[in-house]
Amino acid sequence: MSVEVGHYALALALALAVIQVVLPFWGARARDAALMSIGPAAAVAVFVCVLIAFAALVKAHVTSDFSVVNVVENSHSLKPLLYKVTGVWGNHEGSMLLWILVLALFGALVAVSRRSVPEPLRTDTLAVQGVVTIAFLAFVLATSDPFARVFPAPAEGQDLNPILQDIGLAIHPPLLYVGYVGYSIVFAFAAAALIEGRIDAVWARAVRPWSLVAWIFLTLGIAMGSYWAYYELGWGGFWFWDPVENASLMPWLAGTALMHSMLVMEKRDALKVWTLLLAILTFSLSLLGTFLVRSGVLTSVHTFATDPGRGFFILCILVAFIGGGFALFAWRAPVLKQGGLFAPVSREGALVLNNLLLASACATVLIGTIYPLALEALTGDKISVGAPFFELTFLPLALALLLLVPFGQALAWKRGNLLGAAQRVVAALAIAVVGGAVTVAVTRGGPVLAVFGVGLGLFLVAAGVNEVVARSWSRGMPLSNALRRAFGLPRSAWGSAVAHAGVGVVVLGLAAQAWSVETLVTLKPGEAAQAGPFTVVLEGAFPRTGPNFNEEAARFRLIEGGAAVASVEASKRFYAARATTTTEAGIRTLGLSQVYVSLGDSRDGALGVRIYWKPFVLLIWLGAVVMALGGALSLSDRRLRLGVPVPSRRAQASLPTATPAAAE
Amino acid sequence: MTIWLAFAVMTGIAVLAVLWPLSRRLPTRAGAVDQTAFYAAQLAEIDRDLGRGLLEPGEADAARAEAARRLIRASAGAAPATGGDSEPALRRRRAASAVALSTIPLVAIAVYGAVGSPGLPAQPLAAREAPRAGGMGMAEAVARVEAHLARDPADGRGWDVLAPVYLKSGRAGDAVRAYENAIRLLGETPDRLAAYGEALVAAANGVVEKAARRVFERGLAGDPKSAKAQFYLALAAEQDGRPDEAATRLSALIASAPPGAPWRSTVEAKLAALSAPAASAAIANLPASEQKAAIAGMVEGLAQRLAQDGNDAQGWLRLVRSYVVLGDQAKAVVAVQAGKRALAARPADVAGLEGLARELGLVEPAAKP
Repeated sequence: MSVEVGHYALALALALAVIQVVLPFWGARARDAALMSIGPAAAVAVFVCVLIAFAALVKAHVTSDFSVVNVVENSHSLKPLLYKVTGVWGNHEGSMLLWILVLALFGALVAVSRRSVPEPLRTDTLAVQGVVTIAFLAFVLATSDPFARVFPAPAEGQDLNPILQDIGLAIHPPLLYVGYVGYSIVFAFAAAALIEGRIDAVWARAVRPWSLVAWIFLTLGIAMGSYWAYYELGWGGFWFWDPVENASLMPWLAGTALMHSMLVMEKRDALKVWTLLLAILTFSLSLLGTFLVRSGVLTSVHTFATDPGRGFFILCILVAFIGGGFALFAWRAPVLKQGGLFAPVSREGALVLNNLLLASACATVLIGTIYPLALEALTGDKISVGAPFFELTFLPLALALLLLVPFGQALAWKRGNLLGAAQRVVAALAIAVVGGAVTVAVTRGGPVLAVFGVGLGLFLVAAGVNEVVARSWSRGMPLSNALRRAFGLPRSAWGSAVAHAGVGVVVLGLAAQAWSVETLVTLKPGEAAQAGPFTVVLEGAFPRTGPNFNEEAARFRLIEGGAAVASVEASKRFYAARATTTTEAGIRTLGLSQVYVSLGDSRDGALGVRIYWKPFVLLIWLGAVVMALGGALSLSDRRLRLGVPVPSRRAQASLPTATPAAAE
Repeated sequence: MTIWLAFAVMTGIAVLAVLWPLSRRLPTRAGAVDQTAFYAAQLAEIDRDLGRGLLEPGEADAARAEAARRLIRASAGAAPATGGDSEPALRRRRAASAVALSTIPLVAIAVYGAVGSPGLPAQPLAAREAPRAGGMGMAEAVARVEAHLARDPADGRGWDVLAPVYLKSGRAGDAVRAYENAIRLLGETPDRLAAYGEALVAAANGVVEKAARRVFERGLAGDPKSAKAQFYLALAAEQDGRPDEAATRLSALIASAPPGAPWRSTVEAKLAALSAPAASAAIANLPASEQKAAIAGMVEGLAQRLAQDGNDAQGWLRLVRSYVVLGDQAKAVVAVQAGKRALAARPADVAGLEGLARELGLVEPAAKP
């Protein structure tokens, strides 16, 4: 019965979502408080219904109910419990249900977070969110029903794609979905502002937490996906400029730009229209990211199923929301009141530059991702746009942006002083140059770009530290005073410093990969190969049996300077139910660096082995975690934000105190 | 019936959840966010920052001025929300109640009616296994033995039981694997060897390859009277172009057959076919060019048949082999892909096709994983 209850709950959620849209929207137009208050109630009810449906599907998977097609196609009675649960969203239908669950959760959160949002704005937001929910529920129920049944039930399921049978599936999709779906709320807020025809600091204050939450989760989701690809696919790489990865990077870039432009809007009441445009754009890219991988246009691990009917439905949803969003924008944006102007050399000026660079970077990724698809659709030619394209287009933009970050952080709001800002980052710049020089000396050369990258990374980290120090310590101040001031700084200031330092950490990790070593050898037991500072000795290979697979494992010993320091185990697994093989890379972490061993084919008792030495590779993902931490710090800061002009310290006395005339 | 009761209760709760806000008498909510409240909050915050030393007095004044300017700009033209018991408000509420009361059940039932299967109970694995333990179907039995073997792959008897079932149900590759395991774990017996050889032949689409011939020869050494080994060795001789030896072996087999042996008629038919000029022999006698054309014609016929009905896994294997024999690699690759598409519903057959492609060294354009 539970399966059908879940199925009915999904249908009921659709009905409730219709109510969530229609009645409150009418109420908002008539300014009727009673009608408007239906919105939150309906949003919570939709969430409860979707939760029931999701729980029913999880139960069907856990109990191996093979009368449900989705379970038959993606589960196996012998699969470990964890993968029975994660298998729920390891397929098209289930992952769409998870998407809707997160969507409904966000709707419910907006509904219960009272007091922070004006009533008509919240009502319209929930109505727009309801429209998104309706589209997705209709899509799932019409073309990808997770509760479709089969009778009689097959005796055994077809098992989950073995590559997905990994702890990564438990973490990566939920994180990514919270990110994607978080931007749906931002989109809903933007659409509501356009419908209401007004946008102000109150709006920015209300949207800030949602934009931050989405950004934090998207950052973590992308980092987790990258780490998963790194250890599971056995190629030793962590970013392949694969269209699917790009699909998650694009909303991240747009979302990062949005986060910064919203700051300008909240502090300075400017960049309003641009912020709305970015909000619509970010959600559009999220939708594209969700659907690009499902339409069957791309072949990848993420392509669960392809079906023309589904593709058409997806196209309709994309057209409706992206087209609808921009049409609404074109129609209503002229109604909005423009905000203040501002001087080019100022914090907000730097943020505009940041936005331009991020948007251009996003555009290059979009072109690199979409162009091959469009070309194939139009002419039938297959081309692949890979790393070389992105290194030529994306990289210069990203480097320019990162180089400017410390300067932007050092500039004051309203009117900054370029020379003063440069003086403030001099210390960080010195650290970066010294660091680069030391790198050259220690490694005896190395690619120019990599040395530059090390310097840039250090620059960013040092600038992050500098940001806190400069704001809390001035010459001659006792340490205790400075500490007190540092802790008294707004958490958003800490958040920004930490997040930017996190970017620096990522850059350091990426730059360090220029010194990574890759060895491809065939080894017999007892033989050794060299990888960076280590000698890797194959101790032996042996078969092993897992719950639903057999594997051929090999153990290696790592020797450094004649002494064994660690051992590492890699294996190749064969999953009988799907007749598929997966490689399980053996990874040994030593400090922040890793030795990575991946097995190839064996021949005549010799084992094909790929060995990598990856110095400081963990920094890449740790940096992402630091960035997310910075976001969380900023999120915890509930204060309102108002731009305050900071006159230069020496000239302070001579300036008129209260009239920043130029900016208004 | 209970299920409809459950649906009714769920629908009722949903409708109530939506109607409940309508029934409340809403006071003008205190603390509701509007521009004035936001302004007050901003002023309070500026004072707090001033107190904590984060703002200089001059900066604080500038900030207050800016906040005030924003308030003036923002509060132009905002209409307050109405509520209460005015006549249009009451009418709106009644209309909204009617909409909610009718829409929710109608949409939910209509949608569910289109896609649901209310009559089908949930069938978790545990519930399905218990009651039918007595008379379970073949597929289920196989699945169970497989599950057992996945846990304990060293059980030779399990493999021995499973192998002939695989062979009968057309899973020749699995049968070969099962026999190999059984022989490895339980040791060689002439019968097991002969059956293993048969599975090898089936896996090679009826061709007695060298490995299979050796297996039959070992079986025959263990039991000189093994009819199966004799028969397949005769087949091997025929395929190797030694029909005389094949005929001799078959005749000997018939001579030594016990009365009423069930395979006797099969062997006699085979012997008769050997003596008669077969179609293949007819082709063999043609001049080389026509010979090739005749074979190509047969292969084309097979390809067309498969294009219409792609459900024949053995047919696909034969087609791919034929293309390779004819030296047409490109067509073979295309056939592998077409076959995989046609058999997509049966992963085991797809795997078989992929295995053959690997064996024959057919390289597909690499796909991104």
